[in-house]
Order: sequence, then structure tokens, then C-alpha cells
Amino acid sequence: MLSRVAQNIYWMARYVERAEDTARIINVNTNLLLDLPRNMTFGWLPLIFIVGAEKLFFEKDPNRLADENAVVKFLIGDSENPGSIISSLASARENLRTTRDTVPQEAWEQINGLYIYARDHVPTRRGRFEFLRRVIHGAQQINGMLAGSMSRTAAYDFVWLGRFLERADMTTRILDVRSANLLSRTDQTATLKQTQEQSGQTQVAAVEREEQNPFESIQWMSVLKSLSAYQMYRQQVRLRVGGPDVLKFLLQDESFPRAVSFCLKQLEICLRELPKNAAPLATIDALKQRLNAAEVPKLADAGLHEFIDQFQVGLGELHDRIAATYFMH
Amino acid sequence: MTIEWQQYAAPGFYDELIGDATGPRPAARALCEYLASLSDEELRERKTAAELAILVMGITFTVYTEGGSIDRAWPFDIVPRIIPKREWDRAEAGLKQRVQALNLFIDDLYHEQKIIGDGVVPAEVLAQSVNFRPQCIGANPRHGVWAHICGSDLVRDNDGTLYVLEDNLRVPSGVSYMLENRVVTKRVFPELFEHQRIQPVDDYTLRLYDMLASLSPRPGDHPTVVVLTPGIYNSAYFEHSYLAQQMGVELVEGNDLEVGDDDSVYMRTIEGLERVDVIYRRIDDLFMDPEVFHPDSALGVPGLMRAWRKGKVALANAPGAGVADDKVVYAFVPDIIKYYLDQDPLIPNVPSYLCMREQDRKYVLANLDKLVVKPANESGGYGMLVGPHATSADRKRFAKLIQSDPRNYMAQPTLALSTSPTLCDECMEPRHVDLRPFILSGPTTYVTTGGLTRVALRKGSLVVNSSQGGGSKDTWIVDTEGF
Repeated sequence: MLSRVAQNIYWMARYVERAEDTARIINVNTNLLLDLPRNMTFGWLPLIFIVGAEKLFFEKDPNRLADENAVVKFLIGDSENPGSIISSLASARENLRTTRDTVPQEAWEQINGLYIYARDHVPTRRGRFEFLRRVIHGAQQINGMLAGSMSRTAAYDFVWLGRFLERADMTTRILDVRSANLLSRTDQTATLKQTQEQSGQTQVAAVEREEQNPFESIQWMSVLKSLSAYQMYRQQVRLRVGGPDVLKFLLQDESFPRAVSFCLKQLEICLRELPKNAAPLATIDALKQRLNAAEVPKLADAGLHEFIDQFQVGLGELHDRIAATYFMH
Repeated sequence: MTIEWQQYAAPGFYDELIGDATGPRPAARALCEYLASLSDEELRERKTAAELAILVMGITFTVYTEGGSIDRAWPFDIVPRIIPKREWDRAEAGLKQRVQALNLFIDDLYHEQKIIGDGVVPAEVLAQSVNFRPQCIGANPRHGVWAHICGSDLVRDNDGTLYVLEDNLRVPSGVSYMLENRVVTKRVFPELFEHQRIQPVDDYTLRLYDMLASLSPRPGDHPTVVVLTPGIYNSAYFEHSYLAQQMGVELVEGNDLEVGDDDSVYMRTIEGLERVDVIYRRIDDLFMDPEVFHPDSALGVPGLMRAWRKGKVALANAPGAGVADDKVVYAFVPDIIKYYLDQDPLIPNVPSYLCMREQDRKYVLANLDKLVVKPANESGGYGMLVGPHATSADRKRFAKLIQSDPRNYMAQPTLALSTSPTLCDECMEPRHVDLRPFILSGPTTYVTTGGLTRVALRKGSLVVNSSQGGGSKDTWIVDTEGF
């Protein structure tokens, strides 16, 4: 298989996944904000940091207001932001256009159609949910089409490499949204007390409820639902929805297809099918070790953001190894 | 209102399907009767079905605009053009004869140039040819063949004679549309294929692959064949991708290939470098190898000519084959056939006036309002003067061009191109057509059954090029004998 074609297919899959997961990130933040009391939110700015686009966002105007409207527009329809949904779909389409002979015709039609839909329907606030739903479904349809009509040869391995590397990265980013919106426990309890004092409740009641922050499980449920993970979580974990368990599930579960551990396993399976795989496999090994060694209950309390940051650097290294092995000579 | 063939008329032109007073020609009778049996609504449904099929199959061609290039759906007319098999057999023999002679001619030009020495083709034709490549002198491509894939354009005048209008020996395109047109027509009129002997066209890509494989410098069953494209912005990219897909070979760009220290060509794959044996290149000569031709070409592969000259890789068509793809050389083809094969041409040329000949030039300048003037080396219908439709300013401009560079111009009478019934806004109207068959030359010669019929969709227009408002039709070679 040609290196250029492998590279194009890999990026096509990454961009489709990125469009889908960006839609999921916007969804999770929308839902989180709806569930939190107004004075407890950090709003929309964290999303800019989470997708790593702060430089670009503030490039023209350092004092730009990062409100819902500006951030969502930037993430969905800004063609100058290469990570926006519209740019991701355009890039997926361009990558596939040059390799139309490798991928089944119907998949090209799907990607082309999804791009045209997104380009023509950049949503208003009210239409946003439906738009994001269509993007997520469209991406899933593309995945299904490829799964159902592509031979399991090297080309398909590169689809999977692109998809699962991007997904592992984006799942960690979605978890990061949660950590950004979660005040540290003490801060949150303080805010809670304040809220309750204002509403005339006694301080004692507030202290008693410190162990069971009522917002916390709701927030984690939102995260699960944004990743279509709620049902699977309930079936597998069978515990009340709590921070450490959800984190453990989304980071370390090997059977849920959006969990980071599952993604790493898929990457490993694909790489085993490909030639000259020693270097990328070694990187995967290191990432798996780091993931399994993570003390999740502690992370839930503090240090999640730092852990995720480091892990994303590791995923970046994996990409570099794959590129050096298969795309460059 | 269903179709009434009695009311269909193409006065002054030869119509491919309908004879003058006699109604449908024998080979077209079944089709015409069938079309007349359809209601307007049924006919409309078939047309919509065809448009849908083209959209869904993604049959496109690329048009350049200021805003970038865009894919356009391929304009297609559902009414096929029909040629009786007996007539086609003769055309096929004529095309084989022609391409065989042209290949001998090219090989001669890059070796002893006997035809010039013998005074059959004047030396100045060669001296001023922009497609002659001195870098190819002495090269010996396999089977002595240079133009492996040729697309010759056939037209019919009002007396019914088929002529060769031009030969495309560089990178002729259109064959993918010929194949797709048949797929669409089978979807739209399946019943017609059940009851008639319509000759199949589908084996072209198999033949193409076999021919390409036969060029491999390394003996073996599985030579590595690739299609080399300039990339997605080329107007024929759809075809490049289609042919690669149909042959099951890689579609490569210049950057995917490199020439190694051993002068062999390699492609960059995920497993490392893989040797390439045969390149079906869809890039013009001058962009193929920056070491030899345009040094700033980013489309080509440095060292490719070296590899080819050393016989490490086969190129189809061979570099330099375009020397015979020249409208002035065209005028000599009857002489070329006679010279190499000692035969009379089976398909005539359109009478041509060469401006390099003084007498011809005088005639051309005096009759610019009646003639079509063509530059020697343009394709796609560009740079032409269609005398009867031109303004006097255009004619004056051409008179100057001809006088300053006579070798570069030739002229032909304006042909009354034949017509074929075409569905226009629910009514059948005559539109002008031509035909581009494709000829493959390797150890043997193969001609497509029929070819790509191009149709000028605008009323009265003679321009069939897709970039200028042309469309196409399926072409049926129908065997009426034994029925």
C-alpha cells in the first residue's frame, strides 16, 4: 500500500472522529452547564484550552469574550479553526478525495454528504442539538459503512489507527472538560454552603451533605451520556454513578469502545497486522503501562488535568512513531 | 405526446438512427420502436433514473473556475447512438491499420528517419514539431510500440462517410465515460439488452491491464503496474482513479515514486520501497521528469527518463509518442500508411490544407469564412477558428497568425457532422455527434467496440468537448445479421 494513501486514509479517519468528538465535547459542556447552579460555572472558555486552540482563539483579539456564542461558533463553524467541525469534515473529505479508489464509493458519498450538510446548516442556539446529533450520527454511519464494505487489509488498519488514536485523545479531552468544570471539592462545598445559606438553610445541613455533593453524580452522568456510555456503564459497573468509578471506566475499561484502554487495545491489534511495527508497539506498551498504573481514585480528587496532559503528549508520540514508520521514507 | 419518428428530421445532415424517408435505420429499428412505445412520463422517468445513477455513481468531470476546480455531473443523453456491426468491422480494421502505421512512423522518427530520407514527409514537419523529443532518439520500447493507447476521433459527413478527424496519441481520455455510459444505459433500458445483439464494451480494463502487463521489463506473472496521475486537480482525475480501481492497481502521484541508484523505479509503500514495472502515465511528456524536461515540474519523477531509456521501466504511452499527434502530421497519415504498410487507408482523412504549402496557404487565406483552422498542437477544441461562425476580427487575427507561423496551422472544410436523436426537454431533436474509439497496441492490437460518442447538446453547436457544453451517449454496435 502506498505511503501517501495510508497517510490520507489515516487522516481521513482522524478527522471524521475529531468532528464527532468535538460535537460530543460541546454536548457535554452544554449539559454540564445546565445542571450546575449559575454561580458555580467556569462557562465555555475551558473548551478552548481543552482542544488546545487558545492561541488561535485569542490571536486577533486578546480580550475576546469567550462566551457560549463565540466558543461554540469557533468550535463548530469557524473555517479558520482547523479543529472545528466544519474544518475537520472538509479535511476528511479532501483526504478521501485523493484516495477515492481505495475506499468504497459509498463511504465517499457519505463523507461528502455530511460535509455538505454541515457547511449548509451551521446552527443557531436552538438548532444546535439537532446539528450535533446529525454530525455524530453521520460519523457513525461512515464508520459503519467502512466496517461493512472494506476488506480487512492494510487500508482498513489505517482507518482504525486514525480513528482510535483520535478517539483515545478526544476521550481524555472530554474527561478534561469535566475536571475544568469541577471546582475542587472544598471550593465546591464552600460555594454550596453559600448557596444554601442564602436560601436560608442551616450550616449544619450543608456540612452533612459535604460527603454527597448532589451535583457530582449528575455531572458524571452527563459525561457518560455524551460518550454514549451511560447504559454500558450501568450494566458493567452496577454502582451508583461516582467520580472514581466513571473515570476508571472511561480510562481503563477494555470493553467499552470509547474507553481509552479499549482504544489502545484496538491500536495494538491493528499494528500487529502491519509490517515494521516494533517502534509504535513499544510506544503503545508504555502508554498502557502508564494508564494501568494510574491511581484513579486519587486522580478524581486532584491531578486529573495534569495526568491527561501528559497522556496526550504520549499519544502525540505514538502518532509520530506511526508517521515515521509508515508515512515517511 | 409520445415520439413520432415521422416528424423527426435532421435536414441536410446524415442522422445516425433515422434514414431520410425510410424511418429508423435497420440497426436502430428495435430501439426506435421501443422508444416510441414509451409515454412521455415513462421517458421522463428513464431520464431521471439516468441522472440519478450518474449522481450516485459519482461520474464527474472537473471544471476549472476562478473559485477553484469543481466536480460536475457528467452530462449524458439516454438515447444511444447505433452503428451496425458490419460497418463497425470495417472501421475497426481501419483504426488498427492506422495505429499500426503510426507506431512504425514514430519508431522510424526516433531511429533512421527513413520516411524523411525518402521524401515522403518533409523534414521541416519534424524540425518544427513541438512534440518531437530528441531525448527519445534511439530508444527501443517493447514490441516497437510507442503509442499504446490511442484515441482517434471519427466523424461522419452528410454523405455518410466516416472520416478520421484526429488521432490522440499523448494521453487520450474519455474511456471511463464510455464504460460508465454503458452501465447507466443497462440500468435505464435493461429490456433492450435482452432482445438484441448489442456488443459488450466491458472488457476494456482487462485488455488494458493485459497490454500494460505485457510491457513489463521483468518477466513474470505479476508485474507491478501503476497509473500515474497529476492529481485531483486534473480534469481527468475521475478517469485516472476509475481505471486504477478497475484494474486493481495503485494510483500514484509523482511524489510516490522515486528512481533508485540502480535506475529502477520504486514506489513508497508502508512496507518500504517496491519496484514498479509499468507506468500508465497520464502526465504530459514535459512534466514527467524534471531532470530532463521542465525542471520545476512537481508532478514528475526525477530520473524517470533515465530508467525508461535503460529499459528498467515501461512507460505507456512512451515519451515522444506525441510527435504523431500533430494536426500537420495528420495530413500525411494516408501517405504514412502507404509507406509503411503498402496499403490504402481504410478510413479516409478529412481533406486538409497545410498552411506550410504555399498553394494551400493561399487557398486557406482566401476561404477563411468556409474553413475550420486548427493549430497543430492544441487539443480539447482550444485555439481553433470555425470560419463560418467567426467574426471578421477573428478571421483577421487568424490570417496574421497563419502568415507568421504557417507550419503551425492547417485547415479543413467545415464538416456537416452527423446528428443523432437526443432527448431535449421531452422532445427528440437531432444533435451533432462524433465518436472516439480507443485502440490498444501491445503484442496485438485491440479496438473498443464502438467508443465514446460525444454530443453537442446545444442546438446547432458542433463543439462536443465536455469542457465546452458537450455531453455523451452510449454507443451500440448492433449485429442485425441472422435476425
